[in-house]
Amino acid sequence: MNESIRELKLMANTIRRDIVDIAYKAQGPSHPGPALSCTDIVTALYFNIMKVDPANPQWPERDRLILSKGHACPVIYSALAEKGYFPKEWLETVRRVGSHLQGHPDMKKTPGVDMTSGSLGNGLAAALGMAVYLKHEGKSSQVYCILGDGEIQEGLVWEAVLAAPALGCDNLTAIVDCNHLQSCGAVPDIQDVPGMARAWEDLGWNVLRCNGHNMEEIVSTLEAARDFRGRPTVIMADTVKGKGVSYMEFNNDWHQKVPTKEQYELAVQELEEARICL
Amino acid sequence: MSVKYDTISTRDAFGIALVEAAREYPNLFAIGADTTKSMGFKPMMKEFPDRVINNGIAEQNMAMIGAGIAAAGGRAVIATYAPFASMRISEQVRTFICYPDLDVKIISGLSGLSGNIEGVTHQGLEDIGVMRSMANMVIVVPADAASCTIASREVLKYTGPAYLRIGRGAVEQVFDSSYKFVLGKANLLDAAGTDVAVICNGCAVARVLRAKALWENAGIHARIIEMPTVKPIDAEAILAAAHDCGRIVTVEEHNVIGGLGSAVCEVVCSGDAPCLVTRVGIDDMYTESGPHDQLLDKYNLSPEHIAAVVKSAV
Repeated sequence: MNESIRELKLMANTIRRDIVDIAYKAQGPSHPGPALSCTDIVTALYFNIMKVDPANPQWPERDRLILSKGHACPVIYSALAEKGYFPKEWLETVRRVGSHLQGHPDMKKTPGVDMTSGSLGNGLAAALGMAVYLKHEGKSSQVYCILGDGEIQEGLVWEAVLAAPALGCDNLTAIVDCNHLQSCGAVPDIQDVPGMARAWEDLGWNVLRCNGHNMEEIVSTLEAARDFRGRPTVIMADTVKGKGVSYMEFNNDWHQKVPTKEQYELAVQELEEARICL
Repeated sequence: MSVKYDTISTRDAFGIALVEAAREYPNLFAIGADTTKSMGFKPMMKEFPDRVINNGIAEQNMAMIGAGIAAAGGRAVIATYAPFASMRISEQVRTFICYPDLDVKIISGLSGLSGNIEGVTHQGLEDIGVMRSMANMVIVVPADAASCTIASREVLKYTGPAYLRIGRGAVEQVFDSSYKFVLGKANLLDAAGTDVAVICNGCAVARVLRAKALWENAGIHARIIEMPTVKPIDAEAILAAAHDCGRIVTVEEHNVIGGLGSAVCEVVCSGDAPCLVTRVGIDDMYTESGPHDQLLDKYNLSPEHIAAVVKSAV
């Protein structure tokens, strides 16, 4: 295996461990399931694809990431801590009074967070604004936006989908974390978006697909998106909610829940075993 | 008293300041939701077409594009009509503009009753109340075209979220190019009176000034205060008025709940010289279609009604 891919897989394992820690130690329940489904994508972005400088979080030339499905923020908090934006000890303060790490991302409180997010449906339009601005300024910065597949039900997502090709934002990549579940159940049971990929394509987007847990595929797809010119790109990433912790996988109970001590220890053990195999 | 109207609308008056700001700030973008022709963007579009975006009839997208531009390091101006600028995009303004304290200016047209013949759907009757409850927000309500250009310059220089409330057509002229605007400061239009203080802004200013002759005929001398900045409000001017006059009447083109009158009451109640405050405005109801002046007359802003309230307050 390519050494850099192995390193990315190890980092994704570390981030999953952090997410489980946050789920166990944060104030009240956090959202481990939706964080674990996009862990491999976020790892590839921060540790391979994105041009960022943890020593200078406001570096104007940097690439940007908006986690539109902001409730999955433990994954971002872990990635930023592992990247060196802030001490790892901060991870134990998630959702606590006085913390830098809010229940949903706050760009003013957390170094490395490029946009406040979490109210679903809004992130892509903000990413579009960033992309318009950075392109106009002649910067090579890319803008990434991670959305949930349930989130696509929000009307504002489609306002941004409609506008982005017209505004010529080929520096914008949307990534839909298709974990097939939302708060109340399975996405198709609640409000399916039939032909979602086709709809983006018809509206002028470059549509790519990948297995959201295959690191080689994620990296090559993100590279293809970055290098594509003329239109914005959306990546439909097929994922599993709760990926990496057996009892959380495909189980929507873990959308937002605190593990018991036994469950926490089991998750830690599983992730350690998985790490040895990498 | 003869009524003299401005030669340009407050929207065009804003447009003068916008293109000036675009010259000064190369990172300033103006975004409209199919409102680039109707919200004073034309001069900027002519000079800086690459920095004017019309993202179609999609106000929330407009607000978020503005937030994204500001988050990436730019300055953003977004513009639409008052009900959409305050309510359609209310959450975007609160969570993605005010909460992260981003440099986005919201230009709100057709505010108050100036949505006139379009009816209630396009009138802004409660926008100040909505915006005033958001932390970090600055709210400015100019009275006419001259003061609108001058206040707009200051709003566009300010860095942070702001709501500029303008109208539709030409309104009664009150000020000229000598108008002075300081963000957060009231303008004393008549300092001498101490029987009662009349605090007003927007289109109400012209009508208060016309009402003045009527109450002076009754031997009343009022202090007249123009309050173009509703937030942060000039508490010092209000408390001085409460102390010196002992009675306040507020007059505004807005629901009597939530706007200037409410803001004045909040200050007066917490001061050391509390006094009675009478709020003149739209009486917590929905209005109707019609010419702007006729609507102002019908919905409590006729000089006669204002004068009657002032007289009964003394």
